[in-house]
Amino acid sequence: MNELIDKIVGIVGWEAIRTILGVVGVLIVVVFNALILTWAERKVSAHIQRRIGPKEVGPFGLLQPIADTIKLIAKELLTPQNVAKPLYFLAPVIVFIPVMVSFVVIPFDARLQVKDINVGILVILAFSSLSVLSILLAGWGSNNKFSLIGSVRSVAQNIAYEIPLLLALLSVVLMANSLSLKDIVEAQKGVWYIFLQPIAFLVFFIAGVAETNRTPFDLPEAESELVAGFHTEYSGMRFALFFLAEYTNIFIICAITTTFFLGGYQGPILPGFIWFFGKTYLLVFVILWFRWTFPRVRFDQLLNFSWKLLIPVSLLNLIITGGILKL
Amino acid sequence: MSAMTNPVAIVKGAVSLVIGLGVTIKAFFSPVITTQYPRAEINISPRFRGHTKLVGDKENPDRTLCIVCGMCEKNCPSGAIVKVEGEKKEGEKKKTATAYILDFTTCSQCGICVEVCPTDALAFSAEYNRAVYSREGCHFDLVKEYEKRKVH
Repeated sequence: MNELIDKIVGIVGWEAIRTILGVVGVLIVVVFNALILTWAERKVSAHIQRRIGPKEVGPFGLLQPIADTIKLIAKELLTPQNVAKPLYFLAPVIVFIPVMVSFVVIPFDARLQVKDINVGILVILAFSSLSVLSILLAGWGSNNKFSLIGSVRSVAQNIAYEIPLLLALLSVVLMANSLSLKDIVEAQKGVWYIFLQPIAFLVFFIAGVAETNRTPFDLPEAESELVAGFHTEYSGMRFALFFLAEYTNIFIICAITTTFFLGGYQGPILPGFIWFFGKTYLLVFVILWFRWTFPRVRFDQLLNFSWKLLIPVSLLNLIITGGILKL
Repeated sequence: MSAMTNPVAIVKGAVSLVIGLGVTIKAFFSPVITTQYPRAEINISPRFRGHTKLVGDKENPDRTLCIVCGMCEKNCPSGAIVKVEGEKKEGEKKKTATAYILDFTTCSQCGICVEVCPTDALAFSAEYNRAVYSREGCHFDLVKEYEKRKVH
């Protein structure tokens, strides 16, 4: 057995094996996360409205997402007549790739990370801003007024909220003196950055909710106004890909918040990855909780909130952080 | 100053958001108040108006209180009572209903038949989840239904 492993390693090298294992692991996490989140979203919404939610398929309705997936896979892929075909087909694929890449640099545990890149957070931010492109493609390619309005809104929103998101992270980066996510987690051995940078945490989390297009910032999808926003014309598995990307984005935002402000995988007694997933899913719950509490903001309020409040506050926070660190 | 740049408004708004979160989390941990319908049913109010039913005679549970006088049939504004038939059994003074057919498709549960009945033989049932396959399925024979209830 060992000889066989040695032989394989000799042919392809450790790096390739590591990459393959990483991709498989990331795929598993992505799919499981999306399955759990669809279930959790329905359960949380039900209990906040004092209902039970899914309960028929499997214990506590836990197999409901699998039933949903089978339904989505079995559904006919409908292509409307006058869509811009290449863009229309490309959008669901493009929406999914950046989401996968972001997983590469997230440290799930002290030794559980696909690759520790020394500009880790830049990778995540660079790729997560790509998902705007796919939303724009979907909106434009669909040749549908609801899709286009939704995607235009999404672009304006994501550009506005990327800036406070970045500025908030920058003040943490200044304190940790590194862009590598692992170094940032290690720097929080004593005190979590949420206690040192509460304003940055707030700004980042709000901007993160906006970046994932969740209520109260769900204008790109705005069910009550735009049918379904940019994915109005998508059905079956193409729709499922958008859905998967949306839920994975939520996970990524919560994972970054955990890494930057809540000490990542650090915690007593229990193994690191349990702490990491525990903290992340706590934040996911908070985002679900937001959805069933806050009404949608108006578009001018949305942009004013970012440009007039979040950006100045996060800039000020950055300057003050820099000043204190220099002293 | 607009709401976005006024610190007082921002703090007030933030506090209101936290209060809102408190309301929903309280609901989240409160017990569920829905009834899981096919598995469990709620108690129907005694004044609920389902389709009419025939009331049994307490002294002689084999027969209903209906004496086949035809008042309900005459008074029904929608002509929903299709047929009231009965026969006189030996040793009894009054007629006994053998068939009482209610066309539920036209019945509007107005209650005139219940009011007009001289022997109080009609009452509203509490049945609300009846389903049929055809229009004819809505022709309920109330006498037969009474017999069925009697057996249970």
